[in-house]
Amino acid sequence: MDLLEYQGKQLFARHGLKVSPGEAVSTVEDAVRAAGEVGYPVVVKAQVLIGGRGKAGGVKLAADEAEVREHAGNILGMDIRGHVVRTLWIEHASDIATEYYASVLLDRSAKRPLVMFSVEGGVDIEEVAEKTPEKLIRHHVDPLAGLSRDEAVEIATEGGADADVVAGVADALVALYEVWLSEDATLAEINPLIVTPEREVRALDAKVSLDGNALYRHPENQALSDSENEDPIERRAKQEGVQYVKLDGDIGILGNGAGLVMSTLDVVAQAGGSPANFLDAGGGSDAEKIKQAVALILANEAVKAVLFNIFGGITRCDEVARGLIAAFDDIGAGGQSIPFVVRLDGTNDVEGRELLQEAALPNVYPARTMNEAAEKVVALAAGQTVGAGS
Amino acid sequence: MSVLVDERTRLAVAGITGREGSFHTLNNRRYGTNVVGGVTPGKGGQDVEGIPVFDSWAEAVQEVQPNTAMIFVPPRFAADSILEAAAAGVELVVTITEGIPAHDELRVYNILKRDHVGTRLIGPNCPGILSPGKANVGIIPASFFKAGNVGVVSRSGTLTYQIGNEIAQAGFGCSSIVGIGGDPVPGSSFVDVLELFQADDQTELIVLSGEIGGSAEEEAAEYIAGHVSKPVVAYIAGFTAPEGKQMGHAGAIISGTAGTAAAKAKALEARGVRVGRTPTEVAEIAVQVLGEASIAAH
Repeated sequence: MDLLEYQGKQLFARHGLKVSPGEAVSTVEDAVRAAGEVGYPVVVKAQVLIGGRGKAGGVKLAADEAEVREHAGNILGMDIRGHVVRTLWIEHASDIATEYYASVLLDRSAKRPLVMFSVEGGVDIEEVAEKTPEKLIRHHVDPLAGLSRDEAVEIATEGGADADVVAGVADALVALYEVWLSEDATLAEINPLIVTPEREVRALDAKVSLDGNALYRHPENQALSDSENEDPIERRAKQEGVQYVKLDGDIGILGNGAGLVMSTLDVVAQAGGSPANFLDAGGGSDAEKIKQAVALILANEAVKAVLFNIFGGITRCDEVARGLIAAFDDIGAGGQSIPFVVRLDGTNDVEGRELLQEAALPNVYPARTMNEAAEKVVALAAGQTVGAGS
Repeated sequence: MSVLVDERTRLAVAGITGREGSFHTLNNRRYGTNVVGGVTPGKGGQDVEGIPVFDSWAEAVQEVQPNTAMIFVPPRFAADSILEAAAAGVELVVTITEGIPAHDELRVYNILKRDHVGTRLIGPNCPGILSPGKANVGIIPASFFKAGNVGVVSRSGTLTYQIGNEIAQAGFGCSSIVGIGGDPVPGSSFVDVLELFQADDQTELIVLSGEIGGSAEEEAAEYIAGHVSKPVVAYIAGFTAPEGKQMGHAGAIISGTAGTAAAKAKALEARGVRVGRTPTEVAEIAVQVLGEASIAAH
């Protein structure tokens, strides 16, 4: 779960990392009021979960009320690479002497926490890693011991932090590690970590990802998801406990098991189609859950055809068939003239196919293999006719 | 032979008294797996259809000597159960539980490495291990597989059934099917299981089924180049997955430019591993290679 900058900064402050005073607002009037409270000059910052907001015009300096009005008005509602700005962070502008970079993340390959530090802050860190890797310090931490302050001092020194702020940087690294550890984050990143002319070390930005599986340990963090900017169908799916990711295409996909669904998306794309969603109905889905999943898929108006790709293990194909029949009966899935291609294999596949044949649903096309199913659904989405419609 | 589970397996199950735990434990027993006990704190002395339940792993080990543990408890209790089984000396811990916090997995991995080197963890968030005709530990539907010479290792359950079924329909069987799970910090990686298959007499070809996220497939490619002489056929799911979106599995997420399916397929192909574009093609390549091998042997 990715956090907006201001939410990340709230977590930082909770663990003693220094951040500038600021306020999150969603109207121009509140922006003006907040600016008065934090003190001019202020920075008006778009709160979106996507990089490059500065280049897109989503971060502006304002010296007075008129400028806050102007910038807040322009930025609210702005579309930054598909993310609409609904929240602004109004922060007292910082004087910057130097910009550093710091992060703590879960290194899946080393299976250890990785602390990174660079004096080349404020720029794309992947570029630093590629072009001048010697300027990016990478330090693996023993997760059973944690990051000691001595280690943090070493990292700051080795990375070339100015001598007079080594202690401040080390404190920031220790606090950042604490954020990562105690909030169950998978990533905690500060870019830039600034040094002010008064030689104070402070987080000017915050990028934090929290582990959704650990939220039960952090009830206070459960409200932090960016639900306003979340796709409405994805939000609904989350509430219903369905694994759904919206995509750009027009072919709805339902499968069981994350790997098989990902594979189905690929096979549909190879057949020339464009998937509208990822939907993993999970193991052991009953008819009710399948019906619910169909409703989610059809909530996306772009969908022109739907593919069911089921390999039943714990999931029983007869239950899947019942779910599809119920979707036609109860929620009028067939009323929208959207064709369904259904491939059922595995546990109780024969029963499932028989149920569908008996139900004789309009616009439902059986397929025996994954590849055949993909080709059929791509043709149907393109408005072509295919054989064996029942 | 086969790997990890077979006729010598003595299985005990944490969470045996739960609905899912008892259902799959009894399924495993029906398949022929030797199930010797269960562990549920507070329910020691009870039994599940004749399988004795103990309060702790230490007690289970003392009374019925399991060499394999299956973990079916809810996510918040899973880390402690794994570590308790390891501390009691169980050699193989298969964790089915989905949804364990990544920090717990990290802690478990590092504690096992430091304190319990004799214990191997498979999973979490995995379908388990099946050695057809010998033992089934987990939730893999055994009816789709028969005994044979293909070793399968996979991050995904249903995708494995899909590929395994196509191989079975072509007349071939499996030595073992090992699900390593879709989480960010699995106890065992592709490399660990490749090592086992390379050493296993019964296994003549290895199918590796990967997906987006992390770098386990790239590490597998390096390992295969240096250490695996048996043919390996690979599949990678998630070519069309968008960046930054978790595709079901906690570990299946592309971060920036890292973890893409294209990069993984390229890394494997650069090391001479054939990568099928669809599950069907993976099975076709596997069958073709096995066919050539059996012709060469005659």
